[in-house]
Amino acid sequence: MVNFELDEEQQLIRDTVVSFARDEIRPHAREADEKGIIPLALIQKGWELGLVQGTIPEEYGGFGNAHSAITGSVVAEELAYGDLSIAMHLLAPRLVTVPTLEFGSATLKKAVLPRYCGERFEPASAAVMEPRMDFDAMAPTTVLKRDGDDYTLTGEKCLVPLGTDAHQFLVIANLANGTGASHPQALLVDRETPGLTVGERERNMGLKALVTTRLSFDGCKIPRDQLLEGGEQSVTRVANLWRIALASMAVGVARGAYDYAREYAKERRAFGQAIGQKQAIAFMLAEMAMEVDAMRLLIWEAAWKFDRGEDATREAFLAKRYASDMTLKITDNALQVLGGHGYIRDHLVELFLRNARGFATLEGLAIA
Amino acid sequence: MIDFELSPDIADTRDQLHMVAEHAMRPIARDYDEREHEKPWDFINMMWQLSKNSGIGPGASKDKKEKTVDAERNLRTCVAVEELSWGDAGLYLAMPGPGLGGAAVMAAGTPAQKERFLSRFKGEKPVWSAMAITEPGCGSDSAAIQTTAVRDGDHWILNGTKIFCTSGLMAGDPSKSDGFIVVWATVDRAAGRAGIKSFIVNAGTAGMTVAKCEDKLGIRASDTATLIFEDCRIPFDHILGSAEVPKTSEGFKGVMATFDATRPIVAASALGVGRAALDFVRDELKRQGIPLRYGVATHKLTVTERDFMDMEANLQAARLLTWRAAWMMDRGQKNNLEASMAKAKAGLVVTQVTQKAVELLGPLGFSRDLLLEKWMRDAKINDIFEGTQQINMMIIARRIMGYSSKELS
Repeated sequence: MVNFELDEEQQLIRDTVVSFARDEIRPHAREADEKGIIPLALIQKGWELGLVQGTIPEEYGGFGNAHSAITGSVVAEELAYGDLSIAMHLLAPRLVTVPTLEFGSATLKKAVLPRYCGERFEPASAAVMEPRMDFDAMAPTTVLKRDGDDYTLTGEKCLVPLGTDAHQFLVIANLANGTGASHPQALLVDRETPGLTVGERERNMGLKALVTTRLSFDGCKIPRDQLLEGGEQSVTRVANLWRIALASMAVGVARGAYDYAREYAKERRAFGQAIGQKQAIAFMLAEMAMEVDAMRLLIWEAAWKFDRGEDATREAFLAKRYASDMTLKITDNALQVLGGHGYIRDHLVELFLRNARGFATLEGLAIA
Repeated sequence: MIDFELSPDIADTRDQLHMVAEHAMRPIARDYDEREHEKPWDFINMMWQLSKNSGIGPGASKDKKEKTVDAERNLRTCVAVEELSWGDAGLYLAMPGPGLGGAAVMAAGTPAQKERFLSRFKGEKPVWSAMAITEPGCGSDSAAIQTTAVRDGDHWILNGTKIFCTSGLMAGDPSKSDGFIVVWATVDRAAGRAGIKSFIVNAGTAGMTVAKCEDKLGIRASDTATLIFEDCRIPFDHILGSAEVPKTSEGFKGVMATFDATRPIVAASALGVGRAALDFVRDELKRQGIPLRYGVATHKLTVTERDFMDMEANLQAARLLTWRAAWMMDRGQKNNLEASMAKAKAGLVVTQVTQKAVELLGPLGFSRDLLLEKWMRDAKINDIFEGTQQINMMIIARRIMGYSSKELS
């Protein structure tokens, strides 16, 4: 039976994250972007919300809540409403925990999950993207080759969040099977693996508060336990989770920009009335409101399908495309509503616009 | 708990109506587009037998004793209307039944009026009702209505001209059906919006004439009538709601509330036309061996794939907004904002989707041998009637900024 209402537990989680984003994240957004640093105390406070530990079973030290892509989507949207960089930093450990939980062997779960149930924020990351114009997440050029009972990994990745601190990385590589055919494979790589080099911090247009680096693998030996089960199918499911997460974060950024522009339009006066009372402005704001809801519903539908265990590739892919395009349009229009003031770094809208530009190309930076 | 799966009985309704759409509507769709002003009586009679007691239509999900009769009536109606409009939007609009006039009675009528005016829809012969708001001098600005209703003892006397009345011929001409028209008129011009009331005028009432039916771009199977009222005398109790003119415009808001129920339905009809075009293009791509590769890198997608995926995502976004507005109505929540979002989005999307579909099919798309060009013509009305896209954007803007119609106009 069709229902558009979050359940009680989801509403409770949302309320908690909403106040954290408003009271803790948003006040730091500008300074973190300018300085390229997120205060450690803020990260620690965010860790204590339990957004990573929550879905880890009690036997590994977590809270034992069932994983839900819808809940993940709600959390991602609300955190990103506060600030995209900080949201991605806080949720980065999920890049390792959620895929491990879903597709790791019993051995891998036992080895990995307890590390993410401690008192302190535990940095982790994913290395999905590659520094090339024709990058395709489902056909990476980073290669995983069979080597006896184990594997070797060779290639270069970019836009790896928390690259300088993370202890573990989820990597998507191309697994050659010897007959010439290949398919994407997800695996976990420890930071201490010989042959793994962390590059310098990247300098990006947006996400300036989030540390991202390149990562290169030069014949890294990978024990076979480190591979996630399910082959290409598990990569598809993981990819759908990052599409849902990134699209949800896009909604958060878009809604942040829309709220900012709307409040400005109600205050700013021209020709004797608030500019919000002029149709040219009012219609832009109305479109933003409508599209923020439209995006969210598309994402929730994809997440709902994912949670039922069905293939949500089409829905997640379309939702991410839609949300990426629309968020760019919304943040751009929000800046336009502020006119010259939107171009000035005293206001947050230029930050929203810079962050929004990435969504169309970003893959694998968050997991719902 | 979030759920996007239709209840089994709504899915059944959808599947049954899909058969009707495919086998009874599609085969005659082109004919009644070409033969404008002719009525598809066989189809009308068949649909009357089928839908008399289907429980489909806008309105309350509770009966007069406040018992739940169908907790998902509005959603069910949206799903049904999408399916019928997938068959043919013009034929769907030409179908007999309470329609918009019935919606107005449901929204503003007393229990006695509902009983009296709506019982005729259970008879053997098809009956229509229609809503007459627009006038030659006013459309979206319905507060500027010039048609007057003057009290004369136990009667009202109506004078004025109404245009663009959907099914006005079938509802207002006694030779077509025993229907009625809901007429918006002012009882006190000085009072502005507050003076606007709606009145029931039965087909055949002296002083009401169906003057003409418009020639249109699309939805040609449906008549769009001009009605003239010259000293048209109706009983006093044919006024819907109170006859008093309040100091504020609250009463007018009540009248406008009809739109909160009907806008999601118009949006649903738009979805049906859009889906018809989308399905056609998908089948054609498949036939030509052109794949739709969901999940590959964006730079690998062809322009055709991108266009198709954009159409698909937009249409689904419009559908979810529509379902949400209907779902809120079913729960008895205020959905004024959400109904306008659904209507604005669906009206725009169906216009764009059908235009793009004609383009994607190349020379075939332009040909009257296919229905695509017809769907594009049919689609456009959804961006106009029941509040143009711009009017709905205005309502959204007022809601999100808390402006009155005076503050933002």
